[in-house]
Amino acid sequence: MGKIIEVKIEKCMACRSCEFACAVAHSKKKDPEALVLDGEKPGHRINVEAYGRNAIPINCNHCDEAACLMACPTGAIYRENDKGPVLFNSERCIGCKMCVQACPFGVITVSPNGKGVLKCDLCIERLAKGQDPACVVACPTGALRYIEQEKSNKEKRQRVAKKLTLAMEAQATEPKE
Amino acid sequence: MAKELRYADSASRSMVKRAADARIDTVWDRYESMQPQCGFGTLGICCKNCSMGPCRIDPFGDGPQVGICGANADTIAARNLARMVAGGAAAHSDHGRDIAHTLLMAAENPNSDYKVKDEEKLKKIADLYGIKTEGREVREIAGEVARAALKEFGQQEGEIKMIESAPLARYKLWRERGVAPRAIDREIVEIMHRTHIGVDTDYRNIVRQSVRAAISDGWGGSMIATELSDVLFGTPSPIRATANLGVINKDYVNLIVHGHEPTLSDIIAAVSMDKELLKKAQKKGAKGINIGGICCTANEILMRHGIPVAGSVMQQELAVLTGAVELMLVDVQCIYPGLETVAKCFHTELITTSPKAKIPGATHIEFHEDRAVEIAKQIIETAIDNFPNRQKENVFIPDHTERLVAGFSAESVFDFLGGKYRSTYRPLNNAIIEGRIRGGAGVIGCSNPNMEYEEGHIEMVKELIKNDVIVVTTGCNAISCGKHGLLQPETAFKVAGKGLAEVCRAVGIPPVLHLGSCVDNSRILRVLTNIVAEGGLGDDISDLPAAGAAPEWMSEKAVSIGMYFVASGVYTMIGRPLPVTGSKNLYNYLTDEMEKEFGGKWAFEQDPIEAARKMIMHIDKKRKALKLKPMINEQAFAPVA
Repeated sequence: MGKIIEVKIEKCMACRSCEFACAVAHSKKKDPEALVLDGEKPGHRINVEAYGRNAIPINCNHCDEAACLMACPTGAIYRENDKGPVLFNSERCIGCKMCVQACPFGVITVSPNGKGVLKCDLCIERLAKGQDPACVVACPTGALRYIEQEKSNKEKRQRVAKKLTLAMEAQATEPKE
Repeated sequence: MAKELRYADSASRSMVKRAADARIDTVWDRYESMQPQCGFGTLGICCKNCSMGPCRIDPFGDGPQVGICGANADTIAARNLARMVAGGAAAHSDHGRDIAHTLLMAAENPNSDYKVKDEEKLKKIADLYGIKTEGREVREIAGEVARAALKEFGQQEGEIKMIESAPLARYKLWRERGVAPRAIDREIVEIMHRTHIGVDTDYRNIVRQSVRAAISDGWGGSMIATELSDVLFGTPSPIRATANLGVINKDYVNLIVHGHEPTLSDIIAAVSMDKELLKKAQKKGAKGINIGGICCTANEILMRHGIPVAGSVMQQELAVLTGAVELMLVDVQCIYPGLETVAKCFHTELITTSPKAKIPGATHIEFHEDRAVEIAKQIIETAIDNFPNRQKENVFIPDHTERLVAGFSAESVFDFLGGKYRSTYRPLNNAIIEGRIRGGAGVIGCSNPNMEYEEGHIEMVKELIKNDVIVVTTGCNAISCGKHGLLQPETAFKVAGKGLAEVCRAVGIPPVLHLGSCVDNSRILRVLTNIVAEGGLGDDISDLPAAGAAPEWMSEKAVSIGMYFVASGVYTMIGRPLPVTGSKNLYNYLTDEMEKEFGGKWAFEQDPIEAARKMIMHIDKKRKALKLKPMINEQAFAPVA
């Protein structure tokens, strides 16, 4: 059962800590202070979009039928196994940007250093060390969670069940006419 | 891509379009690219006062509710607010200090380029400071007044003297509540101390110190700035002028002055009349030298010399975008660093003059009061020399100006109301008591790209005068009012309610009175004090049917201004809320509890009409408490009590 990065948009404060943490996690030194001083531009793979006064974090969903993967002619976009995250190998990339065009969420972007694309790798390096993805850890309000898909569903069902139970109990105690 | 302005004057609208076509970023574009803005900062619950942090409070209650030191949302938001007040009070007061220094210099050096222009005012201030005036030389008095004013900043004992000019009841209340400022600089320093890690944790106590610092601004630093500027440059009297970007003239050498202090701009205005300089400009192919103002510098020289206003704070880049500005001269405050980037796209020379405000890429010609005329000449010559560099094919000056009347002061309103020989506020007080005028409102403050430019200012002012509320205005609200014709009696009377229009016509004042720059909000305090003194409307400012507003505020100065109006007993309405909404307790204190302590409180409402109506409801509440007569004329907005 795969884990997903779940987004609760109502909890997003637009602080963009996720964007910054993503950049740090994909930098050479992985040191936020060095990042600016060294002038490195690792870019961010999650984006906090403004819509009116709302802030909506938009990230890669690692789709089962990933459009980017299907569009890629060289296999630069690939999966290690059926359940694994959709990854990017810069050595195979020819820079055709088909994946950029294909992604329906607009979260594959041309790399700021002009070479290849930026694509969420679900922080596989961190996952291997038993750490959650950097964006999730950086989120101060829990708008982002790295969670078992089914566990998240279970939580939602529990909430609905609670609501229904309370409604039912309220109805039962209402005086009948 | 720049957003389109929906409400603003036509000149701004066309200039924003021009910026978009030329792909030159202005404040509106930078605002767009900043979206979304961080909610922690907006809510005031981000703290970086020490290096255990930065810390932030989770507003949803799941994450941390206290910072690493243990400060909760109340403390953090209050500390942040207090530091905003400190910033604002510091800016205003430092401006006041500079004016006091200039007066001292004028007093000590008979050859100074500055002279005492208003002896009457000088003597009035001398009286306040207990300085003898009879049989003494003006320069001698000026020297003592300047020294007394300067003492207010740094004295180590007692309280500042200026606050004694407040209504007695107010002065007593401040002393009782322990918020009478001891010295101007000291209260700002104490805010910095209290908000240091591990000092003041009680949000109410922190706000009370902000109140004390704010009083030292409004009734101290700002008031000194206003009064001593009047002494040096003359107390304004009503004057006709024009406003908006159309005042930039394609045939002239255009010099735009922008910023706040009148010390340099006033001299520039005078020196620009120099015949030698005119000849020089003509030699370069220009018809003459044209001075225009932006922001509060504009207000200072508008009200004293009738120099046209090119625009408000948000038009500073638009003025450069005309391609016809030879030189933009800036001193301090509200000068966008982005101005330099825009200026680089044209031949415009950006000149900084204050050692306190330099911009990389701009030319720095440091201003020294003891060589004022010489430096002003040098600057104007630089502008003239730059005229041939103008790319004539790349000039676009929007064809829009509006006529206006500006230059009212607490004194000139006085003269108008009663006539020169029996100056009195009586007609105004009577009009309020009889129900011809519902009350008064001060609408002031900046503009902010987080709102539709000018809609907040103009709609609010219109709604107020429509309901027989007389409006006094300063700062960038005044400029917006000017551009939209509201400072022109004929236009304003079309909007104003019947009672207000009758009274204004009878005494010969417009329903919207331009009272000056943002330090001149102290003039509003004086007007309020005079109304109280005239009698019949209670003993304190908090008794008056009056309210204040800064619908499009953005600067720390605006926060300090708002705080001193609240501290003076005024219901103070601002558009976007203060960054305190992450703390329910602090929010409640500012918008409710403060009224019990100080008679004034904060209110937040973004919709300008709704905001104006809330102000009117407050005015009605005060009318009721004073048992004033019902309004004579039917009111457009008449809530059922």
